[in-house]
Amino acid sequence: MSNSATPNTTDSPALAPPATSPVTLRINGSDMTLQLAPWTTLLDALREYAGLTGTKKGCDHGQCGSCTVLVDGKRINSCLTLAMLHEGAEITTIEGLGQEDNLHPLQQAFLDHDAFQCGYCTPGQICSAQGLINEGRAHTEDEIREMMSGNLCRCGAYVGILNAVKEVVDAQTARRQ
Amino acid sequence: MNPFTLTRAETVEGAVRDFRDSDSPAFIAGGTNIIDLMKENVARPTHLIGLNKLPLNTIEPTAEGGLRLGATATNADTAWHPEVQCRYPLLSQAILAGASPQLRNMATNGGNLMQRTRCYYFYDTATPCNKREPGSGCGAIGGYNRIHAILGASEQCIATHPSDMCIALAALEAEVHVVGPGGSRVIKFEDFHRLPGNTPERDNTLEPGELIVALELPKKGFEKHFSYLKLRDRTSYAFALVSVAAVLELDGSTIEDARLALGGVAHKPWRDKAAEALLIGQPATTSTFKKVAEAVLKDAVGQGTNDFKIELGRRAIVRALQQATAGGKASDVFLNSNP
Amino acid sequence: MTINTKYVGKAPNRVEGPAKVTGTAKYSAEFEVPNLAYGVVVSSTIAKGRIKSIGADKVLALPGVLQVFSHENVPRQAWFDRAWKDDIAPGGSPFRPLHDDEVKFSQQPVALVVAETFELARYAAGILEVEYKEEKHETDIEQKRDEGHAPGKGKSGYKPPKSRGNANKALDEAEHRIREEYIHGTQHHNPMELYASTVHYHPDGKLTIYDKTQGVYNCQQYVAKVFGLSKDDARVINLYNGGAFGSGLRPQYELFLSVMAALELKRSVRVTLTRQQMFSIGHRPHTLQTLEMGTNPDGTLAALKHYCLHETSRFEEYTENVVNWSGMLYQCDNVHLSNQVAALDVYTPQDMRAPGAATGSFALEVAMDEMAYAAGLDPLDFRIRNYAETDQSENLPFSSKRLRDCYHLGAEKFCWSKRPMAPRSMREGNRLIGWGVAGGVWDAQMNKASAKATITADGYLTVESAAGENGTGTYTIMTQIAAETLGLPLEAVTFRLGDTNMPEAPVQGGSWTAATVGTAVQKACQALGEKLLKLAQKMDDSPLKGASLDDVEFVNGQLRLRTAPEQSVVLRDVLQTSGEREIAADSTAIPNLINMAKYSMHSHNVVFAEVMVDEDLGTVHVSRVLNVCAAGRILNQKTARSQVLGSVVWGISMALMEETVPDHRFGRYMNHNYAEYHIPVNADIHNIEVLFVEEEDPYVNPLGVKGIGELGLLGVAAAITNAVYHATGKRVRRLPIYLDKLL
Repeated sequence: MSNSATPNTTDSPALAPPATSPVTLRINGSDMTLQLAPWTTLLDALREYAGLTGTKKGCDHGQCGSCTVLVDGKRINSCLTLAMLHEGAEITTIEGLGQEDNLHPLQQAFLDHDAFQCGYCTPGQICSAQGLINEGRAHTEDEIREMMSGNLCRCGAYVGILNAVKEVVDAQTARRQ
Repeated sequence: MNPFTLTRAETVEGAVRDFRDSDSPAFIAGGTNIIDLMKENVARPTHLIGLNKLPLNTIEPTAEGGLRLGATATNADTAWHPEVQCRYPLLSQAILAGASPQLRNMATNGGNLMQRTRCYYFYDTATPCNKREPGSGCGAIGGYNRIHAILGASEQCIATHPSDMCIALAALEAEVHVVGPGGSRVIKFEDFHRLPGNTPERDNTLEPGELIVALELPKKGFEKHFSYLKLRDRTSYAFALVSVAAVLELDGSTIEDARLALGGVAHKPWRDKAAEALLIGQPATTSTFKKVAEAVLKDAVGQGTNDFKIELGRRAIVRALQQATAGGKASDVFLNSNP
Repeated sequence: MTINTKYVGKAPNRVEGPAKVTGTAKYSAEFEVPNLAYGVVVSSTIAKGRIKSIGADKVLALPGVLQVFSHENVPRQAWFDRAWKDDIAPGGSPFRPLHDDEVKFSQQPVALVVAETFELARYAAGILEVEYKEEKHETDIEQKRDEGHAPGKGKSGYKPPKSRGNANKALDEAEHRIREEYIHGTQHHNPMELYASTVHYHPDGKLTIYDKTQGVYNCQQYVAKVFGLSKDDARVINLYNGGAFGSGLRPQYELFLSVMAALELKRSVRVTLTRQQMFSIGHRPHTLQTLEMGTNPDGTLAALKHYCLHETSRFEEYTENVVNWSGMLYQCDNVHLSNQVAALDVYTPQDMRAPGAATGSFALEVAMDEMAYAAGLDPLDFRIRNYAETDQSENLPFSSKRLRDCYHLGAEKFCWSKRPMAPRSMREGNRLIGWGVAGGVWDAQMNKASAKATITADGYLTVESAAGENGTGTYTIMTQIAAETLGLPLEAVTFRLGDTNMPEAPVQGGSWTAATVGTAVQKACQALGEKLLKLAQKMDDSPLKGASLDDVEFVNGQLRLRTAPEQSVVLRDVLQTSGEREIAADSTAIPNLINMAKYSMHSHNVVFAEVMVDEDLGTVHVSRVLNVCAAGRILNQKTARSQVLGSVVWGISMALMEETVPDHRFGRYMNHNYAEYHIPVNADIHNIEVLFVEEEDPYVNPLGVKGIGELGLLGVAAAITNAVYHATGKRVRRLPIYLDKLL
């Protein structure tokens, strides 16, 4: 939150690669210690270091939502944050929501409504939908559409996504009443 | 992305000291812009100072009856805060018109002010850009400039400020509280961002090492008559071509007070107080609004691809003022930034 | 318990769905292999010229950087062009990454930096200094209007358009005439998954290559020829493809680079492109199209002329069938069609969802709307008056065509009869409302493919064919076909795909996979069924003795007589009695060339769209789309509907927001990211309805299926454009319809 440094000129010598250190992340309820440098994003830490490839890289610039995970219950783009900044936080990825023999209600709803085609944006969509549910602000179709708009789907499965999320939101609302 | 070291500041003083004592430092809060810029090799700091542990994430009333927004409170927490929704619905609406839910959960209030332009040439290091590399030229002039400025641009730079939140803050006349090596100071919002002139590399008037600690909203929130209208190339998750923050205070149908700020048209949130003054004491009618719209855009200059923004800006001002006149409810902030 | 094993035409969930929704489906960059190094591509900053120097030394000095590959040190590969030609290559000389110092297009890969970690490779690539000697480039098709030429036949599937009658004379004599130009810019496929290749280097030097592709065999033969490998040395796998839309039909440069680096470094390498680099791997070409039409006094078409000029690269002659559809969608005796290309300093364009037809149908169908208005006819009525009963371009009957039923069903569902003819006659507050109609025609294709079916003693069936799964539903429909053919529950059937160790299938494109691989799967299962029947007949007291394959049916895990269903044997018993652990059969399916010569095989659709346009601000809201498709038999109602829903989203995108914008001064695309290359978000998509008018087509292929992956896109952009005209009275002929075009 200050003006950032002026860019280095290109004729400066290469900077030495940064040192790594053990970083303990709490992912899907378990602690995982990874050897990381500061420049490793949370997304790359999950995919390349923790072997959790369910979280996807679609743009690496916060422009598509494929990398959405939940940190302390809130949805974020894991590509635009550094893994080291999340020590001590509760990180939930798609692998932590449900498994093939134990599907999360959102995963089942996505399956039933055919809310995906290629499947690449799907983990991000589902994590985003869980974040939406945690926020508890989107209820109507238009509200869900707007609050699911941080997740691009190039296959164009938006109708299915809306219906899947709406079904789970409605069920939760009904349960609370 | 450069190699860099990372520390996490525990206190504001510590953060400022760390910055002062480091080579090529930068602060990182939400990270949504600086990580992006570092991946593009547009920003190349070698030391990052994390701010999220600072006790700056609160939102609380001020003694003057206003509201203080902590610099590290997230955009989402700010937009949905009951006090903000109730008293400053324009701000909620503007924040929710920007980015995506994920990004708003990460991005902070201070960071929002520090966002850099989305100019294609600024982002692409293969092309010239005076903002990124002073003296290299402006790729956008004579190029593809759909998202570029029509007001206050210079021969060196026609970039626009990309924030939605800041357009509302400009209309609400917030104050920016900063702490730096030389102590703390308060910057009026209109003085915070600057026009490019001959130094487009500078987006704002912060001195090196100064850190935003809070934004303060004055007491007056215009909660009855407000509108944030955002026009863009898709319905959501896109930067503004033109946006308008309009607030009114009405006595019957007569305008007692009014503010108007435009986004997507200039290097800073654009206010034209002389044009705003044309509203005061006038009936809140379309013909009044059209006069004001003409006045705001009278010096606008198109750059080719963005010529349409001049007429679009006029029409958007009229529509936003019409919507503000009709009045808004706090609950409207959810979706109503689209026409 | 009786299980209904009739699956074809039903709507089961995707069989691979659980893997996709739980994140266990593995895409190309996600395979864990030992001793992996990471490669990051350095892209050219100029559009044309020479590389003067590559400053590798500074980068190589970094501990952990393994190598900088460029033209200066690239190992020798195959010399002749034919080695570099993949199955889909058009005429010309394919691009060879890092081949020499010549830069042919902006963002050409000029180096690959390989390091121990992704982050280090990215940093090193970011500081690699490349010096260029720039030459003058040309990237603007608008400057090439007079330099178009008729392309050669180099690209498979390209059909030089055929003219008929005397269009000029008929135009002169026509009652009403129009002549307009229609333009759309460049588009990029931009699947969500970044192009990536993980090359597993085995101790014996063999490679297992996990590549993002629509054709593993295409990649294998490319790699084998380019690097002089035997096919045994290069196994290519793609189990899940995170979207492709044509971008994976040809091998992309991450494949070459990762294989080259793995062979040189003798270790495993992964190369993943950036989103920006996704704008350097082929695109839908910018086209300029001119339509001329004239009508007779009775509202029939007197003449039609369609001319297209589209771009190609300097080194390959990419072509697509843009104008051909105009010769067959409507009855017209005087048709003149012409397709030309002009070479630019860009990468070779590449087939992108409904190549040619998506763009050709935009121009044709907006022109039809303009013609209808010029003639004072309702646009749907005008189409029905000019209904083509036969394919005039080939002078053949259609194998099936129920487009007329689509028109009537769609009109009824959309309440088209309530549409006032005059533009600007419907509004709601600030919003002008308009309704538009358009449609299209697409090839129903089939190719050669093979499949193998294996049943094990426990009654489980595995079928495999090296097809692809891009989200199209391949896993699911093949499982349905196999399960139904052998009467097994879906859960007892596994379809495997995407591996060159499996029987060969062609690249996954052209909407032909359902017909092509589906037929192979059906045939392999039938061959297996025949073996099972023979084994069943060897059983003691077999009730099936003497029965032929036609006399029996496979239902509910049983083999039984059609005429006496109670005379049955349980399949598992057959296997166990036989003593065999597994029984396998393979088969190759080829298209019926006789039927292909006798019939024109095509799918058709019609799209109705409703838009709401803000009168003052120009914003367009697509409130309603109805897409009615006649595409033969529908194998899976759920996945087929999703294909068409996705196509409608693509059409909305094409109509309103999607365009890659170049800055010709730099010869470079400037909005090369997902923030500025706009595709729809959820909030852009509202009511979309899909209907199928199923066709019984005994000629097209044994399954009667025509393919649905591309058809649904046709006419969508035109229907929206026509609806915008109906709403506002403004005719937009240059896509996308940004709000400023309606101010």
